[in-house]
Amino acid sequence: MEPLLEVKDLRIGFKTYMGKLKVLNGVNLTVHQGEKVGIIGESGCGKTTTMRAILRILATNAVIDGGDIQFRGNDVLKMDKKELTEMRRKSITMIFQDPTAALNPVFKVGDLLADVIKFSGSHDSGKHSKKELREKSIEALKEVALPDPERVLDSYPFQLSGGMRQRICIAMSLSTAKDLLIADEPTTNLDVTIQDQVLRLMKNLVEKKNLSVILISHALGTVSGTVDTVYVMYAGNMIEAAETKELFSNPLHPYTKGLLKSVPKLTGAGFSEGIRGRIADYINPPQGCRFHPRCDSAFEICRKENPQFLEVDANNHKVACWLYSKR
Amino acid sequence: MEKNEDLLIVENLTKHFKTSFGVVRAVDEINFKVKPGETFGLVGESGSGKSTTGYVIMGIYTPTSGKIIFKDKDVSVHAKRRPKYLKRDMAIVFQDPASSLNPARTVKDIVETPLRVHGLAKNRDELDKRVAELLEAVELPPKDFMHRRPRDLGGGERQAVAIARAIATNPSFIVLDEPTSALDVSIQAKIMKVLMRLQRELNLSYLFITHDLSLMRNVSSRVAIMYLAKIVEFAPTAVFFQNPLHPYTQMLLSSVPVLTDEEEQLKPKEVTSRGEVPSAINPPPGCRFHTRCPFANEICKTKEPTFVMVEPDHYVACHLMSK
Repeated sequence: MEPLLEVKDLRIGFKTYMGKLKVLNGVNLTVHQGEKVGIIGESGCGKTTTMRAILRILATNAVIDGGDIQFRGNDVLKMDKKELTEMRRKSITMIFQDPTAALNPVFKVGDLLADVIKFSGSHDSGKHSKKELREKSIEALKEVALPDPERVLDSYPFQLSGGMRQRICIAMSLSTAKDLLIADEPTTNLDVTIQDQVLRLMKNLVEKKNLSVILISHALGTVSGTVDTVYVMYAGNMIEAAETKELFSNPLHPYTKGLLKSVPKLTGAGFSEGIRGRIADYINPPQGCRFHPRCDSAFEICRKENPQFLEVDANNHKVACWLYSKR
Repeated sequence: MEKNEDLLIVENLTKHFKTSFGVVRAVDEINFKVKPGETFGLVGESGSGKSTTGYVIMGIYTPTSGKIIFKDKDVSVHAKRRPKYLKRDMAIVFQDPASSLNPARTVKDIVETPLRVHGLAKNRDELDKRVAELLEAVELPPKDFMHRRPRDLGGGERQAVAIARAIATNPSFIVLDEPTSALDVSIQAKIMKVLMRLQRELNLSYLFITHDLSLMRNVSSRVAIMYLAKIVEFAPTAVFFQNPLHPYTQMLLSSVPVLTDEEEQLKPKEVTSRGEVPSAINPPPGCRFHTRCPFANEICKTKEPTFVMVEPDHYVACHLMSK
């Protein structure tokens, strides 16, 4: 089956006064219809940049150096303005990390929701009466389990709590039919008990509507319970991908191993050493594999050449590491 | 006052803030004790009053009522009115190292300030030597870091500088206010290692404030759970994770995202998260958790529960336990 979204060898840099930041260094990602994909990685590894590239909402100083993004067989990087608008309205939707910044503070929730529904074009006529819009908005809020939707519609975003704001963002992105939902750290700003509620809600809605999802997070636990496939990113590279269970029980890349060990466990096993050093500098990234200065098993070739992202076994477990390449 | 073994005693501590919306009850009559050399964990969600508790203990806020006794001295006043030798004995590490370090100063300036204020070095040479020692202690090579400024450092390195500053005066007690929540996991592990080694070497007591239960499990010896300005459950850490009793504690534990099956088994199954934290201006009457509690009945809505000892050292404030 043809994948819904396919990102191949994507390279993106940013022009700054200090020089060019070479951020994405060959990102590969495949999402099938109805599949839930998670991307994990530490801050600054390029997770959000990849997602912004898919929607073509990168900052103006970004330069696309190469690669290919195919959505339903269309080349996203070559789309014109009209096609892009069409895609953003009808096919791909995104939930951002900070709901406070994502909601315009000078409009009431009702107006924000009505706009999304009005412009999504999922209704044949394209014209709605105010009453219709309001009904649809209420329906959308009910779907995300917000109590008292009538009152919420007439509130400004700042009058609501963080959990409620994030639910509104979810309602906005799911109120109309879409194919792909990109959730960029949707629960990072929320408390654990609220995070649990929001994740469960998102999972249910997505399964009900048979959407594909890309869930981005730096918290490994939030990803493990929600998605089918997990990708691991490090310094602008996709370094490992596998089915969720497989990845967490049998990590291959030294970085993934270190990352998994660093997570404190509820069972109280103590702490690992963490991973020494810090994330690579993007202006002068290390030659070869970008992880080699922090890697304990690095050898000659790691310093010279970037390993390819290849399948290592029959379970579709992919890894970009010289330890597993036949060379 | 009679001598006792506790380093810090907090008695009926209350802190209210007056705002234009009404009085915010940030901390309401809480009690706990910290022993020398132990890590006491304070867990709660945002707005539960855990950071305010830490700040009041440090004298950043004046308590509204209640007592703070540190080394048998009553210090329930603002830091300005505390004797200097006691202030030297307490330190705090804040959550966000980016805003707790002065961006205009070098690492050396930042770390030597407490030494200068308390007159702990006789001359320049001694001062330099001590700063180097402190940076060494937090695993930052002094030569590379002395003359850099916070903006040139990574998040973990910044927090290490904040820790070096905190231990500069040789305190016996440190408030750690979510010291790793702004850091990535691999960096968090490293900072926690440093903190635990320092605790052993310098015999420090920690008040460890966090919202992360998995992290708490690995560092503290005793835990207190806070909900809406009140402590609802106390227990030694191991007991607490085996046998959580307060419904809020169970809800909190069941919400923790985990990686392995062993961890999944530790999570209580009966309670799933629902509802939201009510406002601290008008907290619900009776038990403050009754609006979200699946087991709430009539008495919970009217009468505030008191602490019941269920097993040695394990206290719960819940009406379900009193029967």
